Amino acid sequence: MANFFDDNEGLKFQLSNPMMEEIIRLKERDYADYGKYDYAPKDFEDALDSYKRVLSLIGEITGEVLANNAESVDNQGVRIEDNAIIYADGTKENHQKLTDAGVYGLSLPRQYGGLNFSYVPYVMAAEIVSRGDCGFANIWGLQDCAETIYEFASDEIKDKFLPMINQGYTCSMDLTEPDAGSDLQSVRLKATFDEENNCWRLNGVKRFITNGDADIKLVLARSEEGTTDGRGLSYFVYDRRDGGVTIRRTENKLGIHGSPTGELVFNNAPAQLVGERKLGLIKYVMSLMNGARLGVGAQSVGLSEAAYREALQYANEREQFGKPIINFLQVREMLAKMRAKTDATRALLYETTRCVDIYKSYEAISKERKLEPAERQTLKTYTRLADMFTPMLKLFSSEYANQNTYDCIQVYGGSGFMKDYPCERMYRDARILTIYEGTSQLQVVAAIRGVVSGGYLARIKEYEGMEVDAKFAEMRKTLAQLTEDFAACVEKINGFGSTSEAHEFNSRRLVEMAGYIIMAHLLILDANRDEQFMDSAKIMTKMAQEKVAERKSFIDNFDPEDLESYKNITK
Amino acid sequence: MSLKIVVLAKQVPDTRNVGKDAMTPEGTVNRQALPAIFNPEDLNALEMALEIKDRVPGSTITVVTMGPGRAAEIIRDSMFRGADNGVVLSDRKLGGSDTLATSYAISQAVKKVGKVDIVFGGRQAIDGDTAQVGPQTAEKLEIPQITYAEELIDVTEKDITIKRRLERGVEVVKAQFPLLVTAHASAKACRFYNAKRVMKYKKAFSKSEAEANGFDTNLWNQFPYLKIEEWNAADVACEDDRIGLAGSPTKVKKIDNVVLSQKENVTLEPTDENIDSLVKQLIDTHIIG
Repeated sequence: MANFFDDNEGLKFQLSNPMMEEIIRLKERDYADYGKYDYAPKDFEDALDSYKRVLSLIGEITGEVLANNAESVDNQGVRIEDNAIIYADGTKENHQKLTDAGVYGLSLPRQYGGLNFSYVPYVMAAEIVSRGDCGFANIWGLQDCAETIYEFASDEIKDKFLPMINQGYTCSMDLTEPDAGSDLQSVRLKATFDEENNCWRLNGVKRFITNGDADIKLVLARSEEGTTDGRGLSYFVYDRRDGGVTIRRTENKLGIHGSPTGELVFNNAPAQLVGERKLGLIKYVMSLMNGARLGVGAQSVGLSEAAYREALQYANEREQFGKPIINFLQVREMLAKMRAKTDATRALLYETTRCVDIYKSYEAISKERKLEPAERQTLKTYTRLADMFTPMLKLFSSEYANQNTYDCIQVYGGSGFMKDYPCERMYRDARILTIYEGTSQLQVVAAIRGVVSGGYLARIKEYEGMEVDAKFAEMRKTLAQLTEDFAACVEKINGFGSTSEAHEFNSRRLVEMAGYIIMAHLLILDANRDEQFMDSAKIMTKMAQEKVAERKSFIDNFDPEDLESYKNITK
Repeated sequence: MSLKIVVLAKQVPDTRNVGKDAMTPEGTVNRQALPAIFNPEDLNALEMALEIKDRVPGSTITVVTMGPGRAAEIIRDSMFRGADNGVVLSDRKLGGSDTLATSYAISQAVKKVGKVDIVFGGRQAIDGDTAQVGPQTAEKLEIPQITYAEELIDVTEKDITIKRRLERGVEVVKAQFPLLVTAHASAKACRFYNAKRVMKYKKAFSKSEAEANGFDTNLWNQFPYLKIEEWNAADVACEDDRIGLAGSPTKVKKIDNVVLSQKENVTLEPTDENIDSLVKQLIDTHIIG
């Protein structure tokens, strides 16, 4: 009986983080729902016990159903029938089993039929699901849209749409258009107010929409005629049952075949405004996007875990030259790094999630009562940290998922190139992770702010100050040196001006330097609490040393005139 | 219309994952060495009952199990999946009961539950493999029985239509309530837990669990659904000479660990005739089918 939570010590460890007590207390408003709902917890132990049980349930469904369906879902893909997208049979079963288990709406408040779990278990569920079927993780993860409705929509909209989530209605976020990909300010889909029917009408085309035929759609549209930038965009919620949307096609993709990607034509489709006009992109989509990036982080770590386990098992079973191939050190090193990268990005994933958890709770509380000055400060601190960590997490976890699935095939050798093993599917599924919800390059654009502001450096110093066992002194010393190198590189590049080409050109190097140091620090802190992470901490520190030195060398030798070659050669 | 359903369930040692210490030197099952699980075919039975509950809203499912106090675990498990409540029939006097005594005690418990429309049970338990308790219980309750149930075809306010899995095919039968149904392993697997039910019922406990763990039984006044009933032999009006060793004519003399080994080989040319005759032979000797 496969259970993708019970068999994962890394997840259980993260759930035991000391911050969980405060996170759950905030989410549960000091356990105010106890007695009001028969499934509400009485105290911290009760809540944590429920988290474990429900994650174990999701782990069981993933291990027994999702993982077994992944191959047939990948082969079958999706199709259009009578203007509806039909999921693969396995996808339908996955969705039905999870709906029957009542686990959709995991983080929604109980008044809307949700389980009111904090973000940490919510993100864990996404990680677990993704390990079973990376593509299905999108259909599961798009329940994130409910968070946006909960945070910004009117009570009327909330009362209508939010209870649908736990019942298994699906969601999509309809942002991209043929001419508006990374640059969402160019969105053209038009929203006009229909006085007669007291609703908005949507007209235009959306492209590359994940789960495009969802029951509930959040649509970014231009409500302010004559505008051309992000300030003319508003956010709308659309109910599939109201009609007015034609599915023009679904894309034939490299990977995540179970997750339909649709092109949609909105033809006078009725919709309701979410929140206020003109805040669509600048406030609501940005908020949704942060959640989605966290989701891709979870998806990436889940896929890395799957790839590592596949590779490890094969390397132990496959014999060449009279011994299992894991005993060849080049293979061993690949596997060890896969493990370390998975542990490192998981550490970063939950460090980020804990920050999101705390600031989301305080934000929600601030709508119920006035926050105390200390609480306001906490809200500010964790919002800043979450904003800083999220792009770094998305960058590293998605790149590592690609590296890990690549190495998984390498461990399999020729067999891995065949369709007979799941690793080739994982490799194809991984490829989108560095692209959607903002490419790696866009994550760097977001993360560089933390470099320029000194935010990453300050956080690194905080990690340095956290007490750990003496046995970590050597590793800490190494990281301290790397941090000095990082600071020197930042100083040099900042010297060219933060808007200079030299800065733009080197920004990824700087963000990555910070990332390696931060992940190594996080693993040291984890290893200090649990010996199982000791080797990952050591390997990550070594990797940080290697990677930081490489970037430092480049920056030390960098001259702005070098850029000319990069331009000339690609003329 | 609503139906009152009882599901008979048993907590059994997991004989499917047998290690080398699974048997005692005396040849009996070493219960300590094996994890206790929900008897697999009882889960098929529970699923069939839950399907009826889905189709006939308002129906209730009570799970009845006979065993030591810890058998309350499978009552909770059932409630996580959709059962409404459950009863543990537990008494030292019931120890050593064979199928005759067991079916008597269980039929007495079912009578105490009240006027029941359908009693479900698994075909057999993996620790005894007798497949006798279900049918014997039906006889003692003087109700008809459908054994080897594989699929629920239909249910109305007065009868049920079920597909039976037999050795050489299937049979669709209809019977009026009240009746007893035993489910076959080929029936639909039981559904997963439901998250809200897990959180609601995880704190349910029985009287002996309260005594062993110091749980506060006052909680039952505030949250009545947290009480798992526990009945003893007297509660269900069992006559002492019909239960336990006294009521059990079956005496196990010895259990042997039999290892089947291949004795002969047959090599056939892969022709249609040969395959046809081989399949017929395998069906005739009950190896397949």
